Amino acid sequence: MSMVLFDVPGPKARVRHKIMAVAGIVVALAAVAYVVWRFIATDQFSARRLDWINYKQIQLSLVEAIGNTLSAFAVGAVLALVFGAIFAAARLSDHGWVRAPAAVIVEIFRAIPLVIMMFFFYYGLPVAGVKLSAFTAVVISLMLYNGSVLAEIFRAGINALPRGQSEAAYALGMRKTQVMTLVLLPQALRAMLPTIISQLVVLLKDTALGFLITYEELLRWGTRIGNDAVNFGRPMIPVMIVVALIYIGLCLLLTWLANYLEKRNRRNKKVIHTDDDAAAQVQLGAASTATVGGGLTV
Amino acid sequence: MSVLTNHLDLFLYTFGQTLQLFAISAVLSLVLGTILAALRVSPVPVFRGIGATYVTVLRNTPLTLVFVFFVFAYPLLEIVKIEPYTAAVVSLSLYTAAFVCEVVRSGINTVPVGQAEASRALGLTFTQMLGNVVLPQALRSVVPPMTSTMIALLKNTTVASGFAVVQAGSIRDSLSEQGENVLFGLLWVAVGFVILVMPLTYVQQVFEKRWSVAR
Repeated sequence: MSMVLFDVPGPKARVRHKIMAVAGIVVALAAVAYVVWRFIATDQFSARRLDWINYKQIQLSLVEAIGNTLSAFAVGAVLALVFGAIFAAARLSDHGWVRAPAAVIVEIFRAIPLVIMMFFFYYGLPVAGVKLSAFTAVVISLMLYNGSVLAEIFRAGINALPRGQSEAAYALGMRKTQVMTLVLLPQALRAMLPTIISQLVVLLKDTALGFLITYEELLRWGTRIGNDAVNFGRPMIPVMIVVALIYIGLCLLLTWLANYLEKRNRRNKKVIHTDDDAAAQVQLGAASTATVGGGLTV
Repeated sequence: MSVLTNHLDLFLYTFGQTLQLFAISAVLSLVLGTILAALRVSPVPVFRGIGATYVTVLRNTPLTLVFVFFVFAYPLLEIVKIEPYTAAVVSLSLYTAAFVCEVVRSGINTVPVGQAEASRALGLTFTQMLGNVVLPQALRSVVPPMTSTMIALLKNTTVASGFAVVQAGSIRDSLSEQGENVLFGLLWVAVGFVILVMPLTYVQQVFEKRWSVAR
């Protein structure tokens, strides 16, 4: 923890900090206690409201819902990576007529909200006679939006490499494609990996928007079980806690992977350390979520 | 084109609602986010822990889930009844505050420790140090990513379409009720967002270029 703002505390300050710590704990505990009290007062964890856990069919549908979320994530991630790679290459092209349209497409898809895209593919296109399933609509939207963001991340990552790298490669007589695939990409990819993965965390979270176009993913499953007043007396609270824990768990798993790769990179002497911010800034720009510089340190 | 001209008042009204939702949530999330950032850089470990927990939980939860919680689950707790609009503002603010917090915190952390040490050595008070030395420098690295966070917030307001809150995302409902062409309606909504977001992106790039040299 950098102590930019404060001096190293002396004895008086340490006592003051201890008092503040106690006060902080009391306030936090009071807030938690209030919520728990509301849970108990409105009987959110009664046997009836937890009964859904015992049904085999519901357990199976939960697994299926997680499967749907993960398959939308997996297909969307692969497509977005491909889309991003193609458009990054186009934006780095030497030819103006390739660069310009790619830039326009990437900028436009970054500016349109994902929800509007999903509505467009799911509710809009049938008007023109093209009927897409909810899954396809979700996956295409995820591809276009996150692909555009990834294209910018790739581009920033490659631009952030020291110019000497490509100059030296050209001086050795390599051709454009060789410079890119043999020299620039391997280095840039290593440096960008954490940023790419945290963009994938965004993609994973964005699959929950499929809820809005009736895609049967985890959140939709949660609201279906949670609204069941007849059998379980609307167990929305316990169900949503379970759903939130699953999402947070999955995202933290990916974040952990990103941090692990970053740590491994830092020890790796083959990696050129660039101005990391370049790629991270781009991501922050488009993403509803972004890991700022190295993630959380508690 | 006819979809837009025939329903111009609908488009203007809903985009107005989007901007209103955006403005209120932006102010609230900036305030809350700055408070959280203050917690996260405070010398008291407990405060840092509280801030970090909040940020970790909110940043790893989909915004849609936060909406579902405040619209469907929160009323079951029978605390204070809130309208869907209020629920949308609360969800957007709480969610965006986590990102604002990270932007502010990393901005403060980019200021070299020597700057603060030097100003303390010169005998500046805490307020002077913060106001004259640290914050002006931190601001430079905060404004571009903060603009990005705000752009994300603007786009995120459309998530409210699923929760009976009138904003640009709910134009589809009104149009399909009236049997209008939803395809073109949605295209116009997309155009509207491009028009709203592009200037912000441009401003952000200008700031980024100007201030990256100044360092």
